[in-house]
Amino acid sequence: MSEPRLDLTASPHLHSPDSTAKIMWTVVFSLLPIVAAAGYFFGISALLVVATATLSTVATERLISGPGTLGNGSATITGVLLGLVLPAGMPLWMVAIGGVVSIGLGKAIFGGLGQNLFNPALIGRAFLQAAFPQAITTWPVAGGSFFALKGDNFALPLMRGSAPDVVTHATPLGLMKFEHTGTGIGSLILGNVGGSVGETSALLILICGGYLAYRNYLNWRIPASIMLTAGLFAAALHLINPLYPGGLFMLFSGGLMLGAVYMATDMVTSPITHKGCWIFGIGIGLLVVLIRVWGGLPEGVMYAILIMNSLVPFINRATQPRVFGVEAPSRLKRKAVAS
Amino acid sequence: MHPPELKQLTATQKIRRMPFPSEVVLPLRQHAGKPARLLASRGDHVERGDLLAAADGFMSVPIHASASGRIAELGWWPHPDGSMAEAVRITVDRFSAQLPRPRMVPHWEGLSKEQVVNAVQQAGIVGLGGAAFPAHVKLLPPKDAKIELLLLNGAECEPYLTTDHRLMAEQPERVIYGARIMMHALGVTRCVIGIERNKPDAIEAIRGALPSDADITVQPLTVKYPQGAEKMLIKALTGREVPSGKLPLNVGVIVQNVGTVATIGEVFETGLPLVERVVTITGPGVRKPSNLLMPIGTRLRDALDACGGLTADVSEIIFGGPMMGGAVSDLDTPIIKGITGVVALTPDVARTEPTLPCIRCGRCLDSCPVFLNPSQLGLLAQAGRYEEMEALHLADCMLCGSCSYVCPSNIPLSQMFALGKAGLRKQKVKAAAEAAAAVLKVGAA
Repeated sequence: MSEPRLDLTASPHLHSPDSTAKIMWTVVFSLLPIVAAAGYFFGISALLVVATATLSTVATERLISGPGTLGNGSATITGVLLGLVLPAGMPLWMVAIGGVVSIGLGKAIFGGLGQNLFNPALIGRAFLQAAFPQAITTWPVAGGSFFALKGDNFALPLMRGSAPDVVTHATPLGLMKFEHTGTGIGSLILGNVGGSVGETSALLILICGGYLAYRNYLNWRIPASIMLTAGLFAAALHLINPLYPGGLFMLFSGGLMLGAVYMATDMVTSPITHKGCWIFGIGIGLLVVLIRVWGGLPEGVMYAILIMNSLVPFINRATQPRVFGVEAPSRLKRKAVAS
Repeated sequence: MHPPELKQLTATQKIRRMPFPSEVVLPLRQHAGKPARLLASRGDHVERGDLLAAADGFMSVPIHASASGRIAELGWWPHPDGSMAEAVRITVDRFSAQLPRPRMVPHWEGLSKEQVVNAVQQAGIVGLGGAAFPAHVKLLPPKDAKIELLLLNGAECEPYLTTDHRLMAEQPERVIYGARIMMHALGVTRCVIGIERNKPDAIEAIRGALPSDADITVQPLTVKYPQGAEKMLIKALTGREVPSGKLPLNVGVIVQNVGTVATIGEVFETGLPLVERVVTITGPGVRKPSNLLMPIGTRLRDALDACGGLTADVSEIIFGGPMMGGAVSDLDTPIIKGITGVVALTPDVARTEPTLPCIRCGRCLDSCPVFLNPSQLGLLAQAGRYEEMEALHLADCMLCGSCSYVCPSNIPLSQMFALGKAGLRKQKVKAAAEAAAAVLKVGAA
C-alpha cells in the first residue's frame, strides 16, 4: 500500500453545514419576495431604489475591504435592507450616498464584519433622514402603472428632484399622528398603503421571517418580544385613551414588521444570549411606542433599534448564562443571608 | 447539539476477531498517570498476557504482552497523542496458538475490596472510553466520600463509533458481571446503565441480561452530543450537577465506561489481563468498516489492512471519534488501550473552510454543554488573555468541540481553548518561578 498523504487538523473533524456565507445569502434570498412585492406596489421606482442601494453598498465594501469579503453576502443584505426602508421616489444619488454611509460609517469604520455596534442599513437611513429630511418623507401612493416613476428618481446629484405630477400621501402613521385618522387593518396587512419601499406588506415580511426562523437563521425571540411588547403597550394606552392608536395598528403600520423581523435580528448587532434577546426586543417595543405616541416623529422603529443596539454590550454582560456546576450569584447571596 | 450520527456503517456489524498481526508495539504510557516501569529486555520471549512493564505507583498500571513472540526492540515509537514514546516492539510468533499461560482465577465474592482493586490494577485496566484513566483508582475513592451509586456509561455519543454499542449487544452478561464486581468493590447497592436511544438492540440485550438479585437498571438516554461526557451523564441519569472543579464522587457517584466494566468482568472470568479490545474501524476512507477485536498495540497499518485498506481519496485519519479524537499521520502508530475507534475521513467530510470574523450569532452559547460563552472566550484567547479566560471558567471546558462544530464562521474555538489551558499553565509556572526568584532575592539581600 503506498503511503497516503494525511492531513493533521485539530478536532472536531466534523463541521455543521451552516456557514456564515450560507446564512447571509439565505437572508438575501428571503428578502427577494419582499422586493418583488415592493415592485408590485410601487412599480419600477422601488426596484431602482433597492438596486441602487445594493450596488452602492457592494461597491463601497469592495473599495474599502478589497475583494474576498463580498462572498459572505453581508454587504448585499445591508444594501437590500437600506433600499427597503427608503421611499420609492427618492432621488437615486441620495440612495447611493446612503449606501456609502451604511458600509463606511456603519460597518467598515468599526473594523468590518462582526465588529459594528449599530445596524449598518439603519445608520445609512439615519444619515439620509438628517441630510435630506424632505426627500425621505415624501411618500408616493402605491399603485399606478409599473413603469411610471414615483418621483424624480433620476434627479441630478445635489439637485432636489421635482415631480409635480406624482401623487404623494402621508403614511398611516403620519395620518394617525397629525390628523388622527386611522387606516384599515386589512390594508396594513396586505400592504397597499403609503410608506417606504419594503415596509408595506406586513404579511409577506412575517412569512419570509418565519422561514428564516424555521431554518434557525434568525432568533425568533427578538421579533416575538418586540411585537408582544409594542402590541400590548399600545393596546393598554388605547384602553386608557382611545385617541391613541390600538395594538394591531401599532404592529402592522410603518416599519415595525421589517424592523422587528429583519433589522433588529441582525446577528452582529443583537444580543448573543436568549435572555438578552428578550430584553433587547422588549426595549425596542417600548421605545417604538414611546416615540410614535409622544415623540416628534410619526415613526420610531429606526431610532428604537439604534438605541437598543448601543445597549447590546451591556445586555450581553448582564445575561451571561450560569456555568454548569457553578451556583448563581443570587443563590449564593440567599444562602449567605440564610446562614 | 446533534451532529450526524454516521453509525450505520458498523452499527449492525458483529465484532470480528482480527488475525494476529506480524508485530505489536506497546508504549509504556497508555494511561493517565505515571508510565509503567519496564521489566522486559530485548530478545526475551514472552507469552500473551505476560508482564512487560510494572505499575509505577498507585496512579499507574502495568503493560502486558498482547501477543506471544520475541521482544525485537525497546525504543521510541510514534504515540497516538502525536509525540514519541518509549515502547516495546514484539515480533509475533508466526505459528503460535496465542494461548496465554494457565492462571488461577479467585472468585470475586470471596475477595476483599482491596484485593479486587489490586487485581484490577494488576490486570492493567484503564478507562476504555477514551480517557484511559486507571480503572482501579476509581474503585478506591477517598474514605470520606460517600459513594451510593455506580453509573455505567453506554452513551457512546461520538459520531461513527459503535464499539460500546456492539459490546453491549453481543456481550451483555459480561457487562453485568463486571458491574456486580464493581458494586462489590465499591460497596454500593445500586447501578444504572445509561444508553442512548439510538441503540435499541443494546438496550434490549442489556435488559435481557439484568439479574433479579441485584439493583441494576437500564435507563435510555436522549440522543445528543456530548451525552456521554461524565458530568452530562450524571446530570441526565441522576439530575445531580457535579460542582465546578469537583469530581463525580462529590455527588456520590462513580462513572465507568461499559467497555471497561466488561473487561473487569473478563479478568475475573479468564484471569487474562487487558491485552485486547474492541475498536471500530470506520469512516468513508475505509473500504470495509468493521468492529474489530484486536491485540492492544496493533499498528494502525495492520488494523486498516484487516478492513480492506484505505480508499484512494482518504485525507485524514482520526484516533477516537471525529468530535474529540486526534488526527494521526503515521500508519505505524499503535492502537493503545484508550483508543475507541479509528475514523478515516475523505475531503468531502473533513472539509476545511476559511475562518471568518465572529458574527455573534450565539450558536456556540446554545451548543455549550456547560453553558460557557465560547464567543467571548475565543476573543480572549486570540488576545492571549488567559487569566481572564480562567475567570470565565475555562477550566470547566471539556474540549468537546461543540462550539467549533456549530460555528458558522468556522472559528477553531475548542482548539483555542486547548491552547488557552496550556498557556494558562505556562503562565502560572512562570509566575511561580518569578515569585520564587523574588523570595530568593530578598533572602540574599
